[in-house]
Amino acid sequence: MEIKWYIFLSLVLFCIGIIGALTRRNSIIVFMCIELMLNSVNLLLVAFSKMHLTPVNAFGPAMATSAQIFVFFIMIVAAAEVSVGLAIIVMLYRNTRSIDINFLNRLKN
Amino acid sequence: MNAIILSALWGVVMMLGGVFFKKSTTPKYWAIAGIIIILAGNLLEFFGHPFFNVDTKGMLRFDSFGLIFNSIAFISTLLFFLLNGRDFEKIGIHVSEYFSLIFFVLCGVSILSSFNTLLMLFLGIEILSIPLYILTGSEKRNLKGNEASLKYFLMGAFSTGLMLMGIALIYGGNSLGSFYIDAINLGSGHLSVLIGVGLVLILVAMAFKVSAAPFHFWAPDVYDGAPAVVTSFMMTIAKVAAFVAFFRLFSTSFGSMHYQWQTLIVIITAATLLIGNITAVFQISVKRMLAYSSISHAGFMMFTLFALNTTAKEGLLFYAAAYSIATIGIFAVIIKMSDYSIEGFNGLGKRQPLLALTSTIFLLSLTGIPLTAGFMAKFYVLMAAVKDGHQLWLVIFAVICAAISAIYYFRVIQAIYFKDPVPGVNENIAVSQGFEWILVITAGLIILLGILPGLVIDWLYY
Repeated sequence: MEIKWYIFLSLVLFCIGIIGALTRRNSIIVFMCIELMLNSVNLLLVAFSKMHLTPVNAFGPAMATSAQIFVFFIMIVAAAEVSVGLAIIVMLYRNTRSIDINFLNRLKN
Repeated sequence: MNAIILSALWGVVMMLGGVFFKKSTTPKYWAIAGIIIILAGNLLEFFGHPFFNVDTKGMLRFDSFGLIFNSIAFISTLLFFLLNGRDFEKIGIHVSEYFSLIFFVLCGVSILSSFNTLLMLFLGIEILSIPLYILTGSEKRNLKGNEASLKYFLMGAFSTGLMLMGIALIYGGNSLGSFYIDAINLGSGHLSVLIGVGLVLILVAMAFKVSAAPFHFWAPDVYDGAPAVVTSFMMTIAKVAAFVAFFRLFSTSFGSMHYQWQTLIVIITAATLLIGNITAVFQISVKRMLAYSSISHAGFMMFTLFALNTTAKEGLLFYAAAYSIATIGIFAVIIKMSDYSIEGFNGLGKRQPLLALTSTIFLLSLTGIPLTAGFMAKFYVLMAAVKDGHQLWLVIFAVICAAISAIYYFRVIQAIYFKDPVPGVNENIAVSQGFEWILVITAGLIILLGILPGLVIDWLYY
């Protein structure tokens, strides 16, 4: 399969993530959309890694597989972000009994 | 390498020490000891004695620029701990943990000043940001703090997503398939579509991190909502570190295509200067006013990215030092107050003459009055832009914006010296003798750097 289909797929997933993050009002759903953005990047990185591997380049296969290592790091950092983010959302829920983002804008006035 | 390993280790020490420390003042002394050790380790590495010889496969590169920036960041943190170490007790009871999170941020700072691959850039940004999300929301009962924390977290994660997409596109677009920032093959002529889109996405994500307009909207709310002690730290050291990473990435990997993306930087710089300065004029709270003024300082630091020459490198280091020290100084005074409005400063000259004098020096330095460090800093970044020779109107625009900034800084100075104290507002500001001495030293440092800028810059050619 050509590389362009992978690029299209992950860009579509990425755009769904961006649109969701900008339009939804529930902070957990916003958060899930951000995770979707990260996962579309994972998909793209793995596809590009395979693309760079087939004609083995001057740096050998080690250079091409570095993108797959990158994916592991993204997963680990995303897990760390989830643990912090959910803690923040729980803290907010305890104080306001709501996880709606619009509620926050009301606080400003 | 010394700074990265020592700061991560000291973060763990402080975290575990929280169980054993009985008195609430103990963590402060441990933190000061830790930052002195890290600073010493970093200086030893600068003079050629690294303790740890780790083979990083070229993923980290320790050059004089990064090591000098590390030293500036650690000295500012030392001043910050000496001035405001006790004020962490106002946030909550877990004092030791707050310090440990700050040490983890410093670990991120030292990665950001020495990264050589896009992977390390990503890890550095995250190690810098995640502890800051927690610190922003560390006042658990404060609704404004909660709001700030959630907003900062969602915006930060969103911009991380954009940056990762940019990294993936750049990886796919360059024929070498390399993450090393000095080995990205941009091709010749115009940028290819993949690399161009990737570059713009990384630019947007980094502009988010340094709060440059039009991606600045989170900054005032977050800096205003966070506890004042935390604001002081993240407005200075964390922000400047993100700038160093921004500069390092764009000068190393995209420097050869500089004039293809310079227009974007021009737009961002002009918008940041305009929005930061104009909105700061209308603020009533000094804390919020300083948040907007930090956006306008980001505009001045964007000039280094506009120029990308040797003077810009010197200017960025000097601006980092001048801006961090002056902001930490003025925040040290604000943290001691209970009312952050401009009326709170009324008559400070009569109540606390020493605090009034030092905060005037810090405010003058932020405005950029000659004989203070702020003037030399602005001079260097603008000179870098003039040497570049393109778009000279931007330099004139920046000077006009610096003049506008005098309005809101001088309003505070006017309140300090020419207004009568309001009864019942900030009446008993209790400061210790040691605090006053360190504040005087900080103000002295500002004037010293204003007279002898070579104290920072000459080390680049050591």
